[in-house]
Amino acid sequence: MPLAAFRGVGKTFPNGVTALDGLDFSVEPGEFLSLLGPSGCGKSTALRLLADLLEPTAGRIDRHESAVRNIGFVFQEPTLLPWATVAANVSLPLRLRPAPGVDSRHRVDEALALVGLDEFRHAYPRELSGGMKMRVSIARALVTRPQLLLMDEPFAALDEITRFKLNDDLLALWRKLDCTVVFVTHSVFESVYLSTRILMFTPRPGRVAAEFKIDAPEPRAGRFRTSPEYGAQCREVSAALAQVMKQDTGEG
Amino acid sequence: MARPAAAARSPAERMLRFLLPALALGLAFVAWEAIVRINALPPYILPGPILVFQTLFADWGVLSESLYVTLRTTALALLLATVGGVLLALLFASSRLVELSLFPFAVVLQVTPIIAIAPLLLIYLEPNTAVLVCAWIVAFFPILSNTALGLASVDHNLRELFALYGASRWKTLLLLRIPAALPYFLGGLRIAGGLALIGAVVAEIAAGTAGRGSGLAYRIVESGYRLNIPRMFAALLLISLAGIAIFAVLSLLQHLSLRRWHESALDRES
Repeated sequence: MPLAAFRGVGKTFPNGVTALDGLDFSVEPGEFLSLLGPSGCGKSTALRLLADLLEPTAGRIDRHESAVRNIGFVFQEPTLLPWATVAANVSLPLRLRPAPGVDSRHRVDEALALVGLDEFRHAYPRELSGGMKMRVSIARALVTRPQLLLMDEPFAALDEITRFKLNDDLLALWRKLDCTVVFVTHSVFESVYLSTRILMFTPRPGRVAAEFKIDAPEPRAGRFRTSPEYGAQCREVSAALAQVMKQDTGEG
Repeated sequence: MARPAAAARSPAERMLRFLLPALALGLAFVAWEAIVRINALPPYILPGPILVFQTLFADWGVLSESLYVTLRTTALALLLATVGGVLLALLFASSRLVELSLFPFAVVLQVTPIIAIAPLLLIYLEPNTAVLVCAWIVAFFPILSNTALGLASVDHNLRELFALYGASRWKTLLLLRIPAALPYFLGGLRIAGGLALIGAVVAEIAAGTAGRGSGLAYRIVESGYRLNIPRMFAALLLISLAGIAIFAVLSLLQHLSLRRWHESALDRES
């Protein structure tokens, strides 16, 4: 049974912009699903609908109850409280929604260890690099041990070296934590590297234009990035993306 | 990483920052004293700085009492302005309707010169209370408007994050909006501190003729009537020092509360 299913979902904002129209897809347990598409195609809107931060204006979203209750969300920017230490930032979700029997100190230690920032618990966000801030943001999303981790172009603002490193770390986390990830990106290469499945969105209003299953040997690592299979998959997805974009300009 | 700005904060540079103004001030005093002596100006026209300092010590009994009165009025007005400004800002933040209805009143209070309101207040209120209210009115607005701006300037993603974890309004206010508003509030407080002193002095002058104020501004008016010019200067000096002290204390408070995280208080070296 899927964790969540979008059925003919549409979203029109009060300013008249239709971000999504007739969106159908489902999130299967345990998968790494990427939503791929050009800027402004409504991928982020779809993610916010999934997180229940927005209400659809058409259609409906069926959610598995466990998935709704425990969601982790990583924004495009680190979105940390600048006045709070790393540890205080990571423990924020537990403070906002206290759960009985949860040792929050232990959970924070665990989450920081997962992203390799144990030594920086007393640092302030201002003292960290962009990549480290993003790790804190990921640790914060993981501190509730979510079943469903939603990520909105989390590495878009980072340099390539940091991004590759965080890509590998994210894959390791996903395998270790046995959670489901929905990852929004506009990078074909990033989506092919990370995902088990890719949904390609059309330009606004967004709907699913194509779906790709990425079969690659697990665990993926740096070597996969330079393998012929990876190159072939990227070529296939890129060609489809070019097709989608051409249709759009043709219609417009 | 060492940047040019780091060099600008060396100990020698820091010494210069204190030494140079002190030296300039000393030279100005010497020049002032010299002009008074060379031209043999009588003290009732222009007293020299030495005479002003002598008067300050000789009249310390009267002047310190007045200083205490003015400082007490200023501090009390600032405290009330902080409480009132912050509470009203919180009210504005919780209800747009309240903000739209009440903000114009705050603006009217702010733009009407306090010296023009003071005589009216002196009719309705007891002089000491009227002085306090005047100081409060001028100190109130910067705190209100800055705090309201701060409460409204919360990062959108952080708001979504709080919504995602189902944070109540109360928790969002306590853990997100109030800390985010703190730098704005402290900026407003620093302005309000200076304005509270100005408001107190202006109101004391307006109240002076009405009777029994005994603040520093009243001493100035009184000394003026008696042609005691050295005492006028001494009282003026005290007001000026009080203003500097208030600014310094509030700046220190701002620095101490923000130094770990806010851009305004961070050393450029890091």
